[in-house]
Amino acid sequence: MNKIVNTATEATKGIQDGMTIMLGGFGLCGIPENCIAELVKMCVKDLTCISNNAGVDDFGLGLLLQKKQIRKMISSYVGENDEFERQMLSGELEVDLIPQGSLASRCQAGGAGVPAFYTPAGFGTEVAHGKEVRYFNGKPHILESALTADFAIVKAWKGDRYGNLVYKGTARNFNPLMAMAGKITIAEVEEIVEPGELDPNFVHTPGIFIQRIFQGDTFEKRIEQRTVRQKES
Amino acid sequence: MLDKIGIAKRIAQELNDGWYVNLGIGIPTLVANYVPKGLNVEFQSENGILGMGAFPYEGEEDADYINAGKQTVTILPGGSIFDSATSFAMIRGQHIQMTVLGAMEVAENGDIANWKIPGKMVKGMGGAMDLVASADNIIVAMMHTNKRGKSKLLKRCSLPLTGVACVRRIVTNMAVLDIKDGAFVLVERAPGVSVEEIQNATEGKLVVEGEVPEMKL
Repeated sequence: MNKIVNTATEATKGIQDGMTIMLGGFGLCGIPENCIAELVKMCVKDLTCISNNAGVDDFGLGLLLQKKQIRKMISSYVGENDEFERQMLSGELEVDLIPQGSLASRCQAGGAGVPAFYTPAGFGTEVAHGKEVRYFNGKPHILESALTADFAIVKAWKGDRYGNLVYKGTARNFNPLMAMAGKITIAEVEEIVEPGELDPNFVHTPGIFIQRIFQGDTFEKRIEQRTVRQKES
Repeated sequence: MLDKIGIAKRIAQELNDGWYVNLGIGIPTLVANYVPKGLNVEFQSENGILGMGAFPYEGEEDADYINAGKQTVTILPGGSIFDSATSFAMIRGQHIQMTVLGAMEVAENGDIANWKIPGKMVKGMGGAMDLVASADNIIVAMMHTNKRGKSKLLKRCSLPLTGVACVRRIVTNMAVLDIKDGAFVLVERAPGVSVEEIQNATEGKLVVEGEVPEMKL
């Protein structure tokens, strides 16, 4: 079993105009920055991107938005990106905003073979429009459908040639869920390690969900809000 | 009249020992700075942390450790990290004892609006809809009036809703109010604020029962 490819170019082979792509990350934390740079280079367009956020103006998915490569975004929070807000309010960009927990569960359901589920989130709001409502234990719930993608692109800390992945810190976020929901899932990692180096007890994403894995060239890991405290003297 | 820190301090008095608490972005985040001494409280950040600690020391910040506001943070001993589905299982499954979030509007029946101004501002709901749909103990932290001096405590919300009939308590710069039987029940006044001033700043139905005590901060 060897799923290693050498470059982001090789990893993203087959991504075409009009496809649906899932991208892991929360804010700029745990985003597949090498693959995003490659998608910019490839000039693929009319993409539907499923990602919790849309990057900032000059990093993350903001780079694809700038070049108008995204036709539709499915996200929960997009407050950090002015270009996004401009494109959405002007109608250039189609946007489906969904509650963050529903987004996570919809990706997980897509990967797990569960076509739909009921959740209380969004009942009585515009998120519920056109969705079936059903009462359980006296409380209203809405029916949410699973999400899948032509390609899911995730970012992990370490991985091996079997595709087993370990994430670091809060860079985990949506990555393990989206990893399950791609017809083809690409993992970009900071370090490829030998099989056996990852303790099987602590593997976060089992290799079965991954089709291609590569070590990224560089990771800028930009910090959106640098907050620190001073050392007490 | 309280400032933002005063609001956070008053909300911190709501905490109980052993609770897991989710704090939203803005004033709610400040609550973590005023946990009463002797209380053990664990803060959850919906991007995947339990046991969130203070900001890192300068030079020790790590891009892989952020909170839901995208700020660099630390994790306390005994903390844990998890994916977004597990995080919202904690929230929807009612494993969190207190949720504090900001709002643009709250209605007298407990409806809340805080994610969208049609045609003007669309940031998205983030985790707010999941939080308000499931949590029992939802406390709103906000200013009593908006920048133009208009009440944010309304008969009905004018903005798109985040959740229906879900808010339990509101702490503003002027008062503590509970939602009960379709009205704002005045619980406490901010120092130096009269019942009349609160009445004038509240558009929705306000219930005043007996002497209303002043907050103790």
